[in-house]
Amino acid sequence: MGPELGLIKPGMTVVCGDSHTATHGAFGALAFGIGTSQVEHVFATQTLKQSKGKCMQVKVTGARPLGLTAKDIILAIIGKIGHAGATGCVIEYCGDTIEGLSMEERMTVCNMSIEAGAKAGLIAPDQTTFDYLAGREYAPKGADWDAAIAYWKTLKSDDDAKFDIVIELAANDIAPQVTWGTNPGQVIGVNQPIPAPEDFSDPIDRDSAVKALKYMDVKPGQKLSELTVNHVFIGSCTNGRIEDMRAAAAIAKQGKVAGHVTAIVVPGSVAVKAQAEAEHLDKIFLDAGFEWRLPGCSMCLGMNDDILSQGDRCASTSNRNFEGRQGRGARTHLVSPAMAAAAALAGHFADTRDFVAND
Amino acid sequence: MSNQSNPAGAGISVHTGRVAPLNQANVDTDQIIPKQFLTSVTKSGYGKHLFHDWRYLDLHEQEPNPDFVLNKPEYQGASILLTRENFGCGSSREHAPWSLDDYGFKVVIATSFADIFYGNCINNALLPVQLTSAQIDTVFAAVEQDSTCQVVVDLPQQQVRFNDQVIGFDIAPHHKNNLLKGLDAIGQTLELDDKISAFEAKQAAWQY
Repeated sequence: MGPELGLIKPGMTVVCGDSHTATHGAFGALAFGIGTSQVEHVFATQTLKQSKGKCMQVKVTGARPLGLTAKDIILAIIGKIGHAGATGCVIEYCGDTIEGLSMEERMTVCNMSIEAGAKAGLIAPDQTTFDYLAGREYAPKGADWDAAIAYWKTLKSDDDAKFDIVIELAANDIAPQVTWGTNPGQVIGVNQPIPAPEDFSDPIDRDSAVKALKYMDVKPGQKLSELTVNHVFIGSCTNGRIEDMRAAAAIAKQGKVAGHVTAIVVPGSVAVKAQAEAEHLDKIFLDAGFEWRLPGCSMCLGMNDDILSQGDRCASTSNRNFEGRQGRGARTHLVSPAMAAAAALAGHFADTRDFVAND
Repeated sequence: MSNQSNPAGAGISVHTGRVAPLNQANVDTDQIIPKQFLTSVTKSGYGKHLFHDWRYLDLHEQEPNPDFVLNKPEYQGASILLTRENFGCGSSREHAPWSLDDYGFKVVIATSFADIFYGNCINNALLPVQLTSAQIDTVFAAVEQDSTCQVVVDLPQQQVRFNDQVIGFDIAPHHKNNLLKGLDAIGQTLELDDKISAFEAKQAAWQY
């Protein structure tokens, strides 16, 4: 909602009692989650004491292949560096693939910085950022706008900047991603087999895999297309924006939700809901057999009535697949909105690239 | 267990207690305290819900899971939690350290901590002690051999001591100072109020 209103600007420091505050890093803001005592400190003093973090550069390069979404990019990054791979770091995402992302896609990438262990993740502001902010309610106007642009253009890393850790990925190597385990780093491409504990050299990763395979009720070597999904959740602060609704609707209009699947679509805000309805996306979802819900967190963390039962398997566009996150004993697989919609129609995980080609 | 506090009685100094070994990496905040218990804004009363999904076999917390470490007779009364990598990952919920503290833990020893959780511990006088994987192994071994093993966590000297072993640990000086003296972070910052106001006055209105 902050971005929709033009409240989040490059160069700001943004804190909130929510670890997914990192979403706002998409605007070139230093944005991170804090605890209740720290919120109190901010209210009382307008400041917060911080230790300096390490800098990690994550560079994604190359033209984006058909069907590759921002969610797949961030899940692939987390898969590569691990669930705690960026602990103590602030990540700067860069490279031509990142520069080619829309603001909403950048928000999806930055949103899940915390799932890589990072405190924050950000992307240098550029013309895409300025175009998004222009004319929004709380964006600067007139002479202030010109002053702001001049300042915002200075907010980028020097060409010879030194990073503590540098990670590189090629967009072309990234397939639509699906998590198979109980942390976001346990993720594979949609056509890869589920790994075996022996595939991990680190003993801790191996133990985590054993535990995750058991909890998720999946077997090494199993194909994701063999896993029957009975719930689909499209929404959350990771993937509840209008572009997410459009991506899911593009798949949804190609069929009907499988008989054994309950699929819900939850826009991220009232503005997103109104925009989606103006584009008649709600009708596409309802006609295909999805539920069209009121905005909110819904099934992302199960703090309300939207919880799963023991043994349910859910394709979810949210950000955490921890044990019990969506309900005690429930199994969460993190995917993009398109992958979630495809799973709803197929009744199991399916490669969105087969659908995108048809669209 | 015993706590040797500073004269003012507000900070942490030397803590001696028994250890509960939670031999697992990536223990996330949803495991420490599930979301259904976050509806209260007071800091107490969460201890009974700590590790809810693992600790109880039923939703109403009537049937303890006998296999879970905190339910084993030998670890009753433990005040030091011993665990592995990336403890406290996930949410920024401060209910995580609140629930550990309310249960009776004074110290958490782990190979690494998630950033936000670590800061939340410091702000709640729950001492997070980071040791190497090999050092953690020796503590696990000692506790496995003797569950009554008394472990001393000495903040002034930055040491963990048990049996005849002494292991040093690192902690940022300002974190150490705040924990030792039980300082109020807000009061400290407000002493710099002039500088904060001067900085704010320099900001262009359009920036915020």
